Amino acid sequence: MKALVWHGTADIRYDTVPDPEIEQPRDAIVKVTSCAICGSDLHLYDHFMPGMEKGDIMGHEFMGEVVDVGAEAKSALKVGDRVVVPFTIWCGECDQCRRGNYSVCERSNRNKAMADKLFGHTTAGLFGYTHLTGGYAGGQAEYVRVPFADRTHVKIPDGLTDEQVLFLGDIFPTGWQAAAQCDIQPTDTLAIWGCGPVGQMTIRSAVLLGAKQVIAIDRVPERLSMAKAGGAITINFEEESVVERLNELTGGKGPEKCIDAVGMEAHATATLDSMYDRAKQALALESDRAHVLREMMYVCRPAGTLSIPGVYGGLIDKVPFGMSMNKGLTWRMGQTHVNRWTDDLLRRIQEGQIDPSFVITHTVGLADGPGMYQTFRDKQDGCIKVVLKP
Amino acid sequence: MAYYRRNSSADRMARGLGWFSIGLGVAELVAGRRIARWMGMEEQAGLIRSYGAREVATGVGLLAMGDARPWMWGRVAGDALDLATLASAHHDGNPRRENVATALGAVAAVTALDVLCTAMLHREEATAWTPHPDYSDRSGLPRPPAAMRGAAKDAPIPADMRTPDILRFQPAAAAPL
Repeated sequence: MKALVWHGTADIRYDTVPDPEIEQPRDAIVKVTSCAICGSDLHLYDHFMPGMEKGDIMGHEFMGEVVDVGAEAKSALKVGDRVVVPFTIWCGECDQCRRGNYSVCERSNRNKAMADKLFGHTTAGLFGYTHLTGGYAGGQAEYVRVPFADRTHVKIPDGLTDEQVLFLGDIFPTGWQAAAQCDIQPTDTLAIWGCGPVGQMTIRSAVLLGAKQVIAIDRVPERLSMAKAGGAITINFEEESVVERLNELTGGKGPEKCIDAVGMEAHATATLDSMYDRAKQALALESDRAHVLREMMYVCRPAGTLSIPGVYGGLIDKVPFGMSMNKGLTWRMGQTHVNRWTDDLLRRIQEGQIDPSFVITHTVGLADGPGMYQTFRDKQDGCIKVVLKP
Repeated sequence: MAYYRRNSSADRMARGLGWFSIGLGVAELVAGRRIARWMGMEEQAGLIRSYGAREVATGVGLLAMGDARPWMWGRVAGDALDLATLASAHHDGNPRRENVATALGAVAAVTALDVLCTAMLHREEATAWTPHPDYSDRSGLPRPPAAMRGAAKDAPIPADMRTPDILRFQPAAAAPL
């Protein structure tokens, strides 16, 4: 089959690879009909996340049709079912899964020993996202093996297009969880850093969950225009001071809730601390650029909440933690517990409350994927979200 | 906002100059005294080391900071400084005058490369510019956002994601304590 394969920094290729097969009784094989490039794939493309190996198949946001089912998954799936596959693989039986903490499933990471060593305790297996999270082949391919498939799926009813439901696998529940874990009150102002795909979903989620005011921060004009369309007041950080503008919009008190939808690759040249981070990152003295975290800690109202869906990989430097402690800030973060949200979000899509396809700016064949990685990474051609059709 | 292609020939050239900058900078830092002696500028070893630090900083900027153009301008300015420094040492009283002339020639050649690369990066920016698409019609919501505010207030928020009452912002009269 054909797949997008990682070969090194900024080197993704459209390669021929062996077809996947059922390996465990709870597996299923899915024929991919649509997949997407996620913003967090760019951390792999730029090789800021450790644990990638040449030959790894990319992709963790995908959907398709079930074409083969292992013996123990047949109670939940059958050939022909149309499914979205969540990026977090979960067993449904471990202590964490029984609590709904699917993104820290204790059993789905087959490289548990490696994760235990690095993180203290393992997190869930993820598709196409380093050997630290299992080294599972990703979904930017014609076919994919889904482990623990009896749990790791969202069945899609007839009448909905791929484009409407594809993002149930990652960015829609990720944006939703980012807003939901802020426990939004009708008096709240939310500030969201980053108007990429997750930021866009977070903006809509915050509006639907009833925030009084949603403020979106970015520098890319087309992303800001999309944020505004979703109901956000926008701040272009290249043209105005984020701190001053947020204080203006909140009567000098700061937003109650701040969301980091940027993660480890904050824009490198806008501020001195970002440049410092980028230089250290280039010299392998730190792995993540923490500008957004610092700014959120500074502007957030005391006793407020910081929500972090943006991906961080390892070490950050010069984070003023004393500021956070003294202001009594609550931090909420983590990979998304995708299946916690998908029943509710699927219903909202069916009822027409939201159509996540608004975010798609580019649809191309899988063979064009390598070029689209670069287009997306460099924010060229108005690119916000890429959907690939194998 | 700058547009640049990270795999274009101009960008590859800038990256190459970035590595060159780091290599030269490290050499000047480590062997500043020896280089100074070779050019008959023994008293300026500290200055050469400071130029080395500048070269390293410019190199890191070129390799790591995305838009290479400001860092290339930094290199061009640094070249001018190097040329001026070398010119001041190129006089009859310097017994290593010939070595200074060699260094001047090398810096002049690198300056030409730097100017060429900077011009290529600017040309690329000019040809790559495209109007920003307008996505102001892409709300994803069936009605204007103001009308959709709170439409999902019924959403189930799990207990572990709720803010404890004591930490929740609410009107002072309704505060729990």
